[in-house]
Amino acid sequence: MIRLPSPLRPAIAGLALLAPALLGGCSTVVLSPAGDVAQQQGDLVVIATLLMLIIIVPVMALIAFFAWRYRQANTDAPYSPEWHHSTALELVIWAVPLLIIICLGAVTWTSTHLLDPYRPIGRIDATRQVALNAKPIRVQVVALDWKWLFIYPDYGIATVNQLAAPIDQPIEFDLTSADVMNAFYIPDLAGMIYAMPSMTTKLHAVANKPGNYAGFSSNFSGDGFSYMKFRFLAGSQSDFDAWVARVRASGAMLDRATYLKVAKPSMNHAPTFYSGVAPGLFNAAANNCTKPGQVCMDAMMRADAGPHSGAHAEGHAKNDDAMKMSAMPMPGSGKPEVVEATKITAKNSAQSTARLAGAGLPMPGDRRTF
Amino acid sequence: MMPPMRDVHPVVSPLLGRLTLDALPLHELPVLLAFGGVTVGGLALLAIITYFKAWGWLWRDWFTSVDHKKIGIMYVILALVMFLRGFSDALMMRAQQAMAFGDNAGYLPPDHYNQIFTAHGVIMIFFVAMPLVVGLMNFVVPLQIGARDVSFPYLNNFSFWLTASGAIITMISLFVGNYARTGWLAMPPLSGMEASPDVGVDYYIWGLQIAGLGTLLSGVNLLATIVKMRAPGMTLFKMPIFVWTALCTNTLIVAAFPVLTAVLAILSLDRLLGMQFFTNGLGGNPMMYVNLIWIWGHPEVYILILPAFGIYSEVVATFSQKRLFGYTSMVYATIVITILAYLVWLHHFFTMGSGASVNSFFAITTMIISIPTGAKIFNWLFTMYHGRIRYELPMMWTVAFMLTFTIGGMTGVLLAVPPADFVLHNSLFLVAHFHNVIIGGTLFGMFAGINFWWPKAFGFKLDRVWGKRSFWLWVVGFWTAFAPLYVLGLMGVTRRLSHFDDASYQPYFIVAAIGAAMIAGGIGCMAIQFFVSIRDRNTERLRDLTGDPWDGRTLEWSTSSPPPDYNFAFTPIVYDNDAFWDMKTRGFERPTAGFKAIHMPKNAAAGVIIGLISVGFGFAMIWYIWWLAIASLVAMLGVSIWHSFNYKRDFHIPVEDVIRTEDERTRLLAAQKVVA
Amino acid sequence: MSTELTHEQITGGGKPVFFDFDEHDHPEGGSTMLGFWMYLMSDCLIFAVLFACYGVLGHGYGGGKGPKELFELPLVAFNTAMLLFSSLTYGIAMLTMEKGSVRQVQFWLVVTGLFGLTFLGVEMYEFSNLIAEGNGPSRSAFLSAFFTLVGTHGFHVTCGLIWLTTLVIQIGTHGLGQANRRRLQCLSMFWHFLDVIWIGVFTIVYLMGVLG
Repeated sequence: MIRLPSPLRPAIAGLALLAPALLGGCSTVVLSPAGDVAQQQGDLVVIATLLMLIIIVPVMALIAFFAWRYRQANTDAPYSPEWHHSTALELVIWAVPLLIIICLGAVTWTSTHLLDPYRPIGRIDATRQVALNAKPIRVQVVALDWKWLFIYPDYGIATVNQLAAPIDQPIEFDLTSADVMNAFYIPDLAGMIYAMPSMTTKLHAVANKPGNYAGFSSNFSGDGFSYMKFRFLAGSQSDFDAWVARVRASGAMLDRATYLKVAKPSMNHAPTFYSGVAPGLFNAAANNCTKPGQVCMDAMMRADAGPHSGAHAEGHAKNDDAMKMSAMPMPGSGKPEVVEATKITAKNSAQSTARLAGAGLPMPGDRRTF
Repeated sequence: MMPPMRDVHPVVSPLLGRLTLDALPLHELPVLLAFGGVTVGGLALLAIITYFKAWGWLWRDWFTSVDHKKIGIMYVILALVMFLRGFSDALMMRAQQAMAFGDNAGYLPPDHYNQIFTAHGVIMIFFVAMPLVVGLMNFVVPLQIGARDVSFPYLNNFSFWLTASGAIITMISLFVGNYARTGWLAMPPLSGMEASPDVGVDYYIWGLQIAGLGTLLSGVNLLATIVKMRAPGMTLFKMPIFVWTALCTNTLIVAAFPVLTAVLAILSLDRLLGMQFFTNGLGGNPMMYVNLIWIWGHPEVYILILPAFGIYSEVVATFSQKRLFGYTSMVYATIVITILAYLVWLHHFFTMGSGASVNSFFAITTMIISIPTGAKIFNWLFTMYHGRIRYELPMMWTVAFMLTFTIGGMTGVLLAVPPADFVLHNSLFLVAHFHNVIIGGTLFGMFAGINFWWPKAFGFKLDRVWGKRSFWLWVVGFWTAFAPLYVLGLMGVTRRLSHFDDASYQPYFIVAAIGAAMIAGGIGCMAIQFFVSIRDRNTERLRDLTGDPWDGRTLEWSTSSPPPDYNFAFTPIVYDNDAFWDMKTRGFERPTAGFKAIHMPKNAAAGVIIGLISVGFGFAMIWYIWWLAIASLVAMLGVSIWHSFNYKRDFHIPVEDVIRTEDERTRLLAAQKVVA
Repeated sequence: MSTELTHEQITGGGKPVFFDFDEHDHPEGGSTMLGFWMYLMSDCLIFAVLFACYGVLGHGYGGGKGPKELFELPLVAFNTAMLLFSSLTYGIAMLTMEKGSVRQVQFWLVVTGLFGLTFLGVEMYEFSNLIAEGNGPSRSAFLSAFFTLVGTHGFHVTCGLIWLTTLVIQIGTHGLGQANRRRLQCLSMFWHFLDVIWIGVFTIVYLMGVLG
């Protein structure tokens, strides 16, 4: 991908959109973000625009010129009322857009695959590759009404409405939503991706500049939508370590009961830290079984796909560990709440993505389709 | 294991369902004021009609009319009335977004704001753009193909009343209960019973279900009309371009609206009977809804734009006083767009994560659509080339369209590039883009069409001075309102927000609000334009007695303005695609004798009656008033059967009436020649 | 009506004829068959959506029972026979219409209607059994899709029966004129269309569900 000199980028885009004056003083984060993935996406906006301007500018000039030149008052201009066909001209007016679209199509095909959110990133920025042994920072994201829950499975911590990551390190997000559709978007980091109930999506990204960036839901999700915001803190590795230590120091525990409390609709939720997370919480959220008594989607689907059809699903599901998770003691059930906060390695969410395949739709990241 | 029990319904009384006094906006002053205004205005209107004893006239000549011209005009009136509502919503949103920064929460709480943007989208698409498009097609197509009416005149009347009923149901939500707070496509699970238990989504479903049925039937009707009722000699490739675009549009309607009907029905089954189609649990899948609604939704975009393309084609040839350049390629471009319209729906949700290959496929099919669209722009361009352009109002709208739409098309292709869409989707850039093509494409086209065919409908032209004022306010206002949104989109601002923290956005929103105010001025000027024109209709300046005020090229200009009930005393015979131009250049003579009685369809009351009962049915379904639902269903069925027992649906206009009408026209035309 | 005019009709004065001076009344309902076909195709799309939903959601049993446990193939086969017979008798009704015998047409229409009623009755029996056993439409996405697809077909059959009853009466009062013949033809298309849809339902939902 061509990387344009950064001071030029907003200017070119401004020109491109015929609104240079409007763009003069503002910060167009989409075109000059702080992360490499968003940067490549922003560059693509500019490249595609320039490519199209090859034809748009002459056409608009011709419209204006013909509209003026062939006005009725101008009797000097030629007038041929029956002229209505020219094979050569027709060829040109179909061929030129076709050529542009062929170029743009090629750019689209490659960039769509390169910048596929499911694809682990290959580079830190335009000049640096991702080291072979680099381990990404894994974050599990749950969209709640109307706040964001971030679980760090490798650190055993969780936060609400505050996300942090070290710069120049790949970040891998697994996303789901508790009840309605949302979209996870940090304009400075990478393009948006939907967070959907009973499904998981993935996003790979990297931050390149330290800073405190805005993040929010970009897909309308109800009354608290405008206030469903969080901050994304990007800093050095030591900044990040210090942040993790601060989260750990909070001492609060995100067990199932706390989760259900947090999940209740609220707006402008203050950033909250949890030093421990109930095991399998993300999977339970992604499989719609955080409440006591709910059967997890993946267990249900395995039962449905089983040899005896769904007839004995309940029997099967009860033996499933997903079922055990949801049967965890809850306040009010009479038993004291004992949830061990351990550093867990959450199961990969492959099971829950099976739901997409089960729905007859392509699996996320399945590149064999089409 | 039992499915989770829901207890979201309030008490449902046998008599009134879930309707209680709380449903009335007694505590919300602005709504109460609007309610009062509408009530007083409505009562005043009723009083005026009663005072002038106009009820019989309205009923006989309009409500029960099966005349395609009158039905077309009623569609346009419905659209203009609903436009005022939809635009008020737009102004309220612009005002809210211009002020709600930081500590200022604005004047609209989220639940109110969310209803407003949902209603704005639904009303503008379904009850403004659609009736405008369908209305103009209804009025113009039979005239352009030399027919006396559509294939199914009674069905036409019924379709209109279903559309009107949908609009009425949607309007009732303003005063009784509330509207959906989900966005204009009401995506589940947000529109499901768990997240939206109140009546809002039900108003959405039933308003659209009833109106959508009307649109579907009207599509079948116009399609059959174009296939079956063309004048002798008018082969497919001699049809005017507007008829071609109408043919393709109605094909799209017939093939897309059933999907909407089905998907809305399924959504209501989820809500009413607790079914599990689009729910999160027990095997349901909300993605299914998203796919289905866009399988309807994307063709819908072309349903709105193709007729506008047709209007521009007619206007640009007429006012350049030149034959349309590249008729054949224009037709093929239209057909290609029609087919491709079904292969691009997924571009509305690249960000759902379907994977790169699926996204690329839909991205590239989307881009391919820009090729025939580009060819069309070139065709209009080369029609102007070596022309003699008269800048009457329709032509001004057309040139403004060409410049505006080109930008809108470009930003559209930009959004079709998936990685670019990842940063622009759901942003104000997207909002700017689709307003750019819907206002700059469809709406400008409809304005061009209204200015173009108004003299045909009423026998006098629209005032130019007020028309120009309206034009400039609209065009400049449009760019002032939406250019800032493009910029805000690039600043990472997304849509549907009722409040912002970052104060650096505010200047842009204020500029956008100023733009909206300018558009309000444009609408005002347009209203004045209509008023002044009607007032001065008999002046030399506006009156048109020839029936051909623009030196037109197609058959509608060959008859009088307004056309007689039977459109043409003798069916024209067509030899060329600019049939009337051909007649004029080869010195045709208007027949003045030899008239016969003309066979015409009779008016029918069943359409308006069933339509109005369907309002009751919709209302009953929304509020769970089951007895009323059953009663109105039975009533609708009864009226249908009653109507089917009427076997005398046609009559002959007596030859004396035809002679009298035609002689009057002969006299007027002769008087014109003497004056000239 | 619009045939290509390869040769211009020329009057004595050397000008082409621009008007059809010898026009006759257009027969009423000239577009009815075409229009009704278009309606049927659009209706077909509604079923296409419901089939698509069934295809996508039909394996989401929500931990409940699937087609193998729920469907009674012999009953459904009987019901399919009812509908096929009704199409046959409707065909006979159309043949008798050609002969112009009001009585015979009415008789065969009534027979058709009785087959249709039987079909609906059996379907309602099947539905009520399923619901009574806790396998109602809200139990799982599979059952939602099943009840909606089959129920929509049943709803169409109901509409067809109301229409059929009306026509039996109308033939009695107005005979077999042009208008009624046209209506009989439309209902015929509608009735056979429902048959075709049912064959799809029987194959995809029942046969493939139970045997597949």
